[in-house]
Parts: sequence; structure tokens; C-alpha cells
Amino acid sequence: MTDSIIQVRDLVKKFGSFTANDHLTFDVGQGEIFGFLGANGAGKTTTIRILCGLSVPTSGEASVAGFSVYRQSEQIKRNIGYMCQKFSLYDDLTVRENILLYGGIYGIRRPEIRLRTEALLERLSFRGSADILIDRLPLGLKQKLAFLVAVFHNPKIVFLDEPTGGVDPVTRRSFWELIYEAAAKGITVFVTTHYMDEAEYCDRVSIMSNGRIVALDSPAGLRTTWKASSVDEVFVRIARPGINFSL
Amino acid sequence: MNHAVEAYGISKSFVGTRALSDISFVAPASSVTGFIGPDGSGKTTLFRIAATLLIPDSGTMSVFGSDTVRDYKKLRTITGYMPGRFSLYHDLTVEENLNFYATVFGTTVKKNYHLIKEIYIHIEPFANRPAGKLSGGMKQKLALSCALIHKPSLLILDEPTTGVDAVSRKEFWDMLQNLREKEITILVSTPYMDEAMKCDSVSLVQSGRILATGTPEAVRRGFAGKVWHASAGGKYNLLLALRKYPETLTAEPFGGSVHVTFRNDMPGTDIDRFMEAEGLSGFSVSEAEPAIEDRFLQLMRKRSASD
Repeated sequence: MTDSIIQVRDLVKKFGSFTANDHLTFDVGQGEIFGFLGANGAGKTTTIRILCGLSVPTSGEASVAGFSVYRQSEQIKRNIGYMCQKFSLYDDLTVRENILLYGGIYGIRRPEIRLRTEALLERLSFRGSADILIDRLPLGLKQKLAFLVAVFHNPKIVFLDEPTGGVDPVTRRSFWELIYEAAAKGITVFVTTHYMDEAEYCDRVSIMSNGRIVALDSPAGLRTTWKASSVDEVFVRIARPGINFSL
Repeated sequence: MNHAVEAYGISKSFVGTRALSDISFVAPASSVTGFIGPDGSGKTTLFRIAATLLIPDSGTMSVFGSDTVRDYKKLRTITGYMPGRFSLYHDLTVEENLNFYATVFGTTVKKNYHLIKEIYIHIEPFANRPAGKLSGGMKQKLALSCALIHKPSLLILDEPTTGVDAVSRKEFWDMLQNLREKEITILVSTPYMDEAMKCDSVSLVQSGRILATGTPEAVRRGFAGKVWHASAGGKYNLLLALRKYPETLTAEPFGGSVHVTFRNDMPGTDIDRFMEAEGLSGFSVSEAEPAIEDRFLQLMRKRSASD
């Protein structure tokens, strides 16, 4: 693996008596596509919030792009991008206005924003429609646009929280090609998903259960270790030990 | 066979948007009929018509012989509807919500407990917790319990598994299989292709139209041509190289591999040499069984080509 851009050591996060993250230790390499899986309630969101500089651990160490989650959360925020399924772009602003807003927030100068906006629209074959309200876009296009906006400021890492929920299978695939392109440019992709086929698209996958990382390997490595035909099967066995499902 | 639901030529538009175009389908009694399609394909509109909550612009739909527009009062007593958005009372407890729904339909939890037992047992330990404080999977189980408590003949589930993890999804589908045996007819929608295989019959929906319909097996086998399964070291490079290969029609990531279709339904003899020249190591390609998602991709492509 190349240099690690996320380093997590013995990370613990407690809410009262409840341990949401229980001694997590892992690294994510630069330019890696890292799948962060787990059942609902396994503790993924807690970890993501810490890595995005939005929450402080109870104990343990974590650094993102070289910055400590305890002391340098503002630097972390400047060096990451974030996108989730529920909210990413402002519905009542146009495509161009959204890009301008995000570019401005990250301190990119107007002429540079203009240049990058053209490149972005070109990539989505979307030049003619830059002045359309986000509200009017089909979901799939909205999600692809949201991703390109999340990496507009060339962050070192982009966090994607269920980015493809409810999206059609064609768009889901073209979304993943955007992910591959970003990773090829050196952007690290940290992604959660409930689509198990997408887990197979990642370089490495971690699977969380009850606040712990139970498995962490390449999809092929997971299949071999767990003697399973898919990551889906591994996931089921980790999330509900002892139960057999037929799907 | 007895048809529980029959729909003919259903169309519905909202200001400026055509949500449904000439939809027809039948759902046999005591079966699970699935509508598989992405957000915005019209599934919710169709279900709201079946639940007597919307009136179609044209076409007719009947449920057990009663018209969804004319006989809506009667149908509402025999329909259970679980909308896509969690619509129970957040500030009522689990138990209060369930009692409320039972009372509204003139029955009691005790009387129909046998119907929901298998589902409700998972959330019963939290009976005194406000519904708003439940996890996603638990909310879904409570919503299903509330939709079932009056022993509906028709159960309409709008994307019950969206946002739910892969394991809870499997548990949910196991429950649906069991409900079918209790003589409940189920209409269910989902954006997950793997769930299609669990239905008795499925319709693939896109842009307000049904692209294909039948048993999941028949829909899957309707794939025209042959699908090949390719693998090599790096998936993205493999994808790019396959698209460069002159004989390739389509190449799409598909779980652990890449699914490819070729012009003559098979790769040329030069494919190994081509991939080697592209710098791929360990390339292999073999014929695969098309999955239902392959069929969907093919149908969607055909439609967007003809648009």
C-alpha cells in the first residue's frame, strides 16, 4: 500500500455507557477506494463524523491528511470533500450557483471556479443546462453532480455516505466510474453503501459490527478468508453470525 | 388464477411531468408482485393509486373486483399501506402506534397478534420507546406491523428496504415470503435488483413505463444475446481496456467482475493478446448467466437509444 492518508489507532467513542466505536485501528492509503461497511447501527456514522472533524474521540488516535482529529479539525475540513445521499446540493439554486457557492466556501478564486466549472459540465455532457435549478434534475444526474462538486476543490479525501441510494443501475455504474477517475487522480475515496455489489468495486473493504472492525481486506481476500462466493456473504455472516439466508 | 389486482392503461401526470404512461399489470392473489426501478420511475405514484390515495388521469385499477376510485371506502378497510417515508407518530411509543392503528381499523392488537408476531417480536422489547427514537431497521418492522394489524387482504409496501442494511433486507424478505402463505397479496417496490429474484412476478419500471414483466426467471432469461464475465488485476483498467477492444459492445462493472457483451456474442481469438498489450495481467473471460440486472441495463439502454 502507498502512504496512508488516514491513520486510526485504538479509536474509542462512547456516548454515555454505549460504546459506538470500540478500539478501531486501520489505515487508508492515498488514492485508495476504501469501502466502509456495516449493518445499520454498527457505528459507521460515528467514525465518519470523527474523521470529518465533526466529533472528537473519547480516546485513541486518528489523523486525516496528516491532521489530528483532536486539534486540527478545521484543517481537516479544508482537505476533505463530503457527499451523502440525503443532502448535497441546494435545490433552489442553479447548477452554476451551487458550484460557485461551494468553490467560494473553499476559497477558490472566481476565474479558477469558472474554468473548473466548464470542465465539470463537459465531463457530465451538461454544458447547455448549467442554469437549471437543481430541483429540476433527475436524481441520478444530481448525485453525479454532487460528487463532482464534493471533489471540486481537489480534496485529498472524499467521504461518500451511501451516495447511490435509490439510483438506477446504469447511473450507479457511471457514478462508480467517476469514483474510479477521482481515485486515479490520487483522491482517496472513503465510501459506505448498502449495495453489496459496490463493495466489490472497492480496493479494500472493512466490515463493522457492534462498534468493531471485524474484517478488513481486499474483496478477493475477504472471499478467500471467509470461504465465501461474495462480499455479500461475508457481510451477512459477520452481521448475523449463525444465521443462514437464501437470498 | 385469481387476480387480486388488475390495472389497465393507467396514466397519471403532475404539473408538467408524466409520472405513469399506460401501465397495465395483474397481480395474482396470495403472491408477491414486485416493481423494480430507480427513484422517480413512477413506483410511488402507481402504489398511491392502488392504495386509493390518487386518481389516475386515465385507465382503471381494481382490487379484488372493486374499483380503486369508485369503491375507495371499501378498499381502504382491506388495504395495508406502508409508504416510503416513515409515517408513524414519532412521539407515540411503539405500542401506542400499534394500538392506534388497530383501533382506527376497528380491531385489537390481541386479535391479530398472530399475523405480526414474527415481526413484532423483534421490537417488543422496545414497546415503550417513542417510535421516533427507533433505528432504521426497527422503524421498518414497526411500520410493517402497523400496516398488517387489521389483517389486510392487500399489502402495499413502497420501498420498504431502502436505506436498510443488506442483512435486515434479507430478514425482511423472509418475512414477506411467510405473509404470502397467510393469504395476503403483496405489492412491493424496490430499487435493489437482487430483491427482484424473491418475488413471484416482477415488473421492471423506468420513466413511468413497464419495460418487462414476468417471473424473475423469465425476465432474466429474456436477455438478448450472451453475457461474458471478464476479470483481471485492476478493475478500472480492465473496464477501459475492454471498451477499447473493437469487438466489445458494452462493458460494465458487475460485483466482483466485469460483464461484457460482444458484437458477435463472443470475444475474438485476439482478445488475450489485446489485453496483454493493454498491460493487463491475469486476464480471463468466460460466458456467464445473465442476471436480472443485465436485462434491466439492456432494456434501459434500448430505451434511451430510442428516446
